[in-house]
Amino acid sequence: MESPFRSEAAAFRFLLITIGAFALIVLAAWASTALGFLTFLGLSAAAVAVYLRQRGPAPERERVEPLSGPGERRILVVANETVEGEELLSTISTLALSHNARFLVVSPALNSRLKTFTSDEDPARETAQKRLDDTLERLSSVGIDAHGEVGDGDPLVAIDDAVRTFRPDEIVISTHPLGRSNWLERGIVESVRARYDVDVTHVVVDLSAREGA
Amino acid sequence: MSTHTEAVSHHGEHHGPPTANHSSRVDARTLGMLLFIGSEIMLFGSFFAAYFFVRVVNPGAPAEWPPPPYEFPVFVAGVNTCILVTSSFTMHWALQSIKRGQRTGFLAGMVLTFLMGLAFLCTQVIEYLNVGFNTGDGAFASVFFGLTGLHGAHVAIGLSLLLMVIIRGFRGHYSPEHHHGVELPGIYWHFVDVMWIVVYSTVYLI
Repeated sequence: MESPFRSEAAAFRFLLITIGAFALIVLAAWASTALGFLTFLGLSAAAVAVYLRQRGPAPERERVEPLSGPGERRILVVANETVEGEELLSTISTLALSHNARFLVVSPALNSRLKTFTSDEDPARETAQKRLDDTLERLSSVGIDAHGEVGDGDPLVAIDDAVRTFRPDEIVISTHPLGRSNWLERGIVESVRARYDVDVTHVVVDLSAREGA
Repeated sequence: MSTHTEAVSHHGEHHGPPTANHSSRVDARTLGMLLFIGSEIMLFGSFFAAYFFVRVVNPGAPAEWPPPPYEFPVFVAGVNTCILVTSSFTMHWALQSIKRGQRTGFLAGMVLTFLMGLAFLCTQVIEYLNVGFNTGDGAFASVFFGLTGLHGAHVAIGLSLLLMVIIRGFRGHYSPEHHHGVELPGIYWHFVDVMWIVVYSTVYLI
């Protein structure tokens, strides 16, 4: 969402829209007070809808300078509810076998919008931490050395943070299948591919299939 | 097993805090202006709440607005509105000019904007002197002077900002690369205009 006062040009455009909108409202109010009020409500609803649907300009594609040493591959793994999925663990194992890999597992502390606004994020972080601990323990039990951290509630911000500090060669993103994945609906994988010039692997974890089996 | 951030230590690694993320790349000055405008919207909102209470919700609300025998100078205020809206166009022109390196256009635009803002304020003062009622003549008069006076105070602040830009402009400040000091007063000036459109429409016209 972008503020109508983010720049002078945007504020000027907003002024022109305001003039047009209030001209309509005044004309409608002169015809009938109720019609004027309805016009005001309708235009306000339209303005809110447009404001919520607009998207800011896409950030420029970034070149990530990997920190990996010779023969080493740094792999950033991003997952939350699917962090313990077999498909993801299998992918990590394959990568660990084929490269001298260092893993950083990031588990975003997903939270509801209301709880985010009210800074009620402790339960979400605790849940994410527990999942992360279980996963790291499991990876450790099969001989994979991985570190981990709980990330921001917004997966893109969590990935941004991790890319800045870890500077990976590859990013592995684990999601639910299409139709059940909020991340896929939000285009997280496409956004990460567009934003960073590193390999991005998308792993689909179907937890419901595992529970049904 | 560790659950801390990957601590990197070999040569060539980044030290100190990481570069700001996309999410936090809001210019601090622009953010300050946004927060200021947010507080202004709340301030105007409280005045509009009083206005709508007096005019609509209050059981003793006047059937006509303004209550007879008083009248608002709609035409004069309309001309004043045109002046203020035009000043936004010249403000926009001034900023576009400095972005293109055209100093003459920039200075002319700023001076015109200032003069039109000053004309608006002077006309409003004259309007107050001749409007025919005062704050003691009823709640309608109080909200009228409250709303238009609050806006007038904002125009006065805006004029101070514009004057500073003009003085700095004549002293050779600002360039196509560095014009943030023009951009922020411009945002404020457009905001003041937007608020006047709302005030004029609701108080004078409807």
